[in-house]
Parts: sequence; C-alpha cells; structure tokens
Amino acid sequence: MSSNLAAPPATPANGFDPGPLRNAARWHRAEYAFWVLPVLAYFVFAENLSLLSQIAIAALFCLSLDLILGYAGIVSLGHAAFFGVGAYTAGLLAKHGWGDPLLGLGAAAAIAAATGFITSFLVLRGSDLTRLMVTLGVAVMFYEAANKLTAFTGGVDGLQGVEVKPIFGVFGFDLYGKTAYWYSLIVLFIMFCLARRLVHSPFGLSLRGIRQNLTRMPAIGAPVNGRLVAAYTIGAAYAGVAGALLTQTTQFVSLDVLSFSRSAELLLILVLGGTGRLYGALIGTMVFMTAHHFLSGINPQYWQFWLGAALVLVVLFARDGIMGMLQRLHAAGRKAP
Amino acid sequence: MSTVLETRNLSKRFGGFFASSNVSLDIKQGARHALIGPNGAGKTTLINLLTGFLEPTSGEVFLKGDNVTRLSQHQRVKRGLVRTFQINRLFAEMTVLESVTLSVCERMGLGWKWWRPVGAHTAAIDEAAELLSTLRLLDVAHAPTRSLAYGRQRMIEIALALAAKPEVLLLDEPAAGVPTDESRGLFETIARLPREVTILLIEHDMDLVFRFAERISVLVGGALLTEDVPEVIARDPRVREVYLGTSLDD
Repeated sequence: MSSNLAAPPATPANGFDPGPLRNAARWHRAEYAFWVLPVLAYFVFAENLSLLSQIAIAALFCLSLDLILGYAGIVSLGHAAFFGVGAYTAGLLAKHGWGDPLLGLGAAAAIAAATGFITSFLVLRGSDLTRLMVTLGVAVMFYEAANKLTAFTGGVDGLQGVEVKPIFGVFGFDLYGKTAYWYSLIVLFIMFCLARRLVHSPFGLSLRGIRQNLTRMPAIGAPVNGRLVAAYTIGAAYAGVAGALLTQTTQFVSLDVLSFSRSAELLLILVLGGTGRLYGALIGTMVFMTAHHFLSGINPQYWQFWLGAALVLVVLFARDGIMGMLQRLHAAGRKAP
Repeated sequence: MSTVLETRNLSKRFGGFFASSNVSLDIKQGARHALIGPNGAGKTTLINLLTGFLEPTSGEVFLKGDNVTRLSQHQRVKRGLVRTFQINRLFAEMTVLESVTLSVCERMGLGWKWWRPVGAHTAAIDEAAELLSTLRLLDVAHAPTRSLAYGRQRMIEIALALAAKPEVLLLDEPAAGVPTDESRGLFETIARLPREVTILLIEHDMDLVFRFAERISVLVGGALLTEDVPEVIARDPRVREVYLGTSLDD
C-alpha cells in the first residue's frame, strides 16, 4: 500500500515519551512478589499440599476462561467441556499405557484445542445470551456423552486405573503430593508466562479491541472472526491442560470434570477475581478455594451462602473484581502518599 | 483523473423500503466529494454499502477497478477503503496511543503476532505517535480514551481511520456533535490531508460542505438526485426544494 500520510515512521515528536506503552509488558515488582507466595506456601502449608495443587490447577483453568472472556469477550457457561476433554484424554492415555505426564499434557492440549476450534464457529455469532446458551448446550452434550459411554469413560463411576508415570522418568508422584504440587505449579507458571506474552502482544491488543468495540475492529482492517476462533481455541487448550493436570495428580477422572457446576463456578471465580487481568484469575481462585476450604470446614452445608453474598457485593460495588479493587487502591495510594 | 471508487446501480431494500435505490457514483482519484441530503436520504446506508458493513440487495461496488461487492469489511480496509462512524466507535478503556497503535498494527499486518509485546514493535508506536502529533493529540496520548472531551474523541475517531492509511476515506459526519469552534479545527485537519487520499464526506453543516467539497452529490429518498460542483448545486432549484425547505444561505 502506498504511503499516503506524509508521516515517515521516524522519530516521535519532540519531548514525547512513549515509555508507558513501550514498557507496558515489563514485570512489576508486585508480580515477582506474587510468585514467591506459592513457593512459601509449600513450606508453610506442607500438610495441605493437595489443596494447594487443586488451587494451582483451578487457577490455570480460570486463566483459560480469562483468555476467552476477559480478553476476547466471549462469555461461556460451558468451559468445563474443554477441561473434561483434557482430563479424559490424559486419563485414557495413562490407563492404556501412555502414562508419561508431559505426553498426556500435550495430547490433552491438542485434543481440547481441536474441540475448541470446531465449537468456536458456534459462538462467533449472536449475543452474549446466545453464547451462554450455546456453550452451555455443548458442555451438557459432552457431559451426557461421557455419562453414556461407560465402557470408555467409566460413566458416573469415573475412570479407574489411571497410572501416571514419573515426570521425565525421574520424579514419581508421591503420597504427600509434593511432586504433584511442584508439577502443577510449574505448569501453571509456564502457561501463565505464555498467556502474559500473548495478552501484551499485538494479537492480545486486538482481542482487547474486539472486547471493547467489536464493530470498529473490521473497520480498521482486523479479521474479527479469525481472531475469535484463535482465542477460543487457545482458551480451550489451556482448559485441556488444566483438566489433564487434575487427572494426573489425582490418578482418577470423575464425571464431574464436565459438570455444569464446574463451568458456573469458574465464571463466578473469574468475576470475583476480576476479568481481563490474568492475575484476577489467579487471585480469584486463591481467594475462592481458600474461602471454600475454611467456610466449608465451619459449616459444610451452607458455606455457599457467603459465596453468594460475596458475588453479589462484587458485581454491584466492584465490577472489576478483587484485582480491580487492588489496582484502584494502589492508584489512590500513589495520589495521596 | 481516474476513477477510484465507483458504484453501479447500488440498491438496498429493507422489507418494502429502499434505503438506497440505483445509486451510481463515480469518485475520482484525489476528490473532495461531499454527499448531502435530508435526514433519511440514505447517506449512511450508502457508506455502509460501500464499506461492506451492509450487503447490497443489488448492484456493485468497484474500488480501483476491482469489484469488491463480495469482500468483507476488513478486506476492503486492506485495499485502502476506510471509514469513520457518525457515532464514535472507539476503544474506551485503551489509552489514545494504544488504540491508534492497534490500528497501525493491523495495517502493518502485525495483528497475529503474539510473542513480542506491543512495546517492542517500535515502528508501530512511533508511527502512531507521529499521527497523534499531526492531529494535536499527543498531549493526551497516555490518557484513557473515555476520559477525553467529546471533540477530542471525535479526532480519535478520525485518527483510527488515518492509521489504516486510507486511499479512500469515507467521513460520516465527522463534526457531528462537536462545538462550532472545534469543528473548524477538525475540518482544517481534514483539509490538510494529502491529495493521494480521496475523501467522500457526509456532513450536515452546509457551510463546511461548501467550503470543503469540490463536487457534491445530492441524495433524496435513497436515490441520487444530482451531482455537480458546489456553485451549480447551490443554485439548483430542485436541491433547494427537496433538501432545503430551510435555505442554503444559513
């Protein structure tokens, strides 16, 4: 295309500092501090390693929803479909002799991604309500299919006989859940770093553009459908890896990996934590799982009451979730030191 | 002068209502062409048909000689046909620099790049900053778009289009809702655009139209009534009648 505007892509105008955008992707001090927490947790809560692993896995799952909802703006009530596909992929492989964990993760990511790619075309069109119903419907179909195919999945009894081999042939999964925790945490961290690159890239910027103004994007030359398909596929792959981690660390696949409540709870956690921020997904999961643990200890039957109350308060008074509140506090603290 | 944008018998029917009917336009390279007509004359519909925002019921659109009638919006943008919107369509939560950089990235074909951060694509950022400087928006480069006054948001609406380096720029009432003193500045900016950019303008303010346009097409009830140079249009009794129950001298 010819260069129309007399503006050569030369030096920016005098005195202008493009720094804030140039350096937007740099790691903040608070981020380093944040990632020290799970390492500390290993020593402080050494008796609760299985809970910590669950948190890491749920955080990865929540991250996957944040990519498609928080960035691309696709609402979903059926994200457990991909989590379940990943969980069964890893489980079936391990049951039939391919128990290498990394192979399981890779296969789960690939199959979940393929599932995401195919179903993405159903969510391209339509309003948020349509998307909620379509994603819900797809997930319900997966659930019932797994329920029915008992010979294959074990149905409601779950998939038994999952035998996961040591990681790299060296680190076996132990009774205390030490290997499981480090494994989950390292996978979460790597996947997080990849997601972080992605959201700060031009591709990530275009996803934010789609979420903020869907109708403007084609008018600046962006193929919206292609981007949405890509984002949905990536989100599905992430969910698949999370599902595979759950299978490998528990050596079992329960039918509820595909359940509606898993999808709904995930949406709730993400909104609680704050959408479109990556750390919102992580912090939301930490807060939710910890609250779940303690509140259900105090009152096993009614603990969800407080969860409901927290959700209502967040949606009414802090729409950008816990992470949004933290950011506003930080900004306010800077203004009035 | 060669034709850069052409329509042949372009029609759009909504139920029994023709929002555009048999419109044949011929816009020359480098033109400063205005499209006027009373409310509901189908001006915005025509822009929507030209850009692929709407699909025509019948008729064709040609861009630089190629039939683009079946191309999607973003494909037409890639070929140099870019528009602005009558009602702002901006990226409210992004900073001004971010949103213009987004548009520049798309034009440079970086939209699929996912590894290096936006900040590392310095050519795109520099170009966005340069454009903001031209449009006198550099002082608000790092402000969130939603925090700006309406007049400046209107400039961002144009900046997003210019970042796509249009060969043909369709401006749908660029000064709509902008205070008079600011709209003068806005039009000066538009008037300064180089001649390689062909401009088709929809505007209600007749003062601005007659100062800016070198040719004017008049749309009435979805159909083209006449097209000529401003002096002839101003004297045309039919135009005065249908369009200006008020008056051209306002």
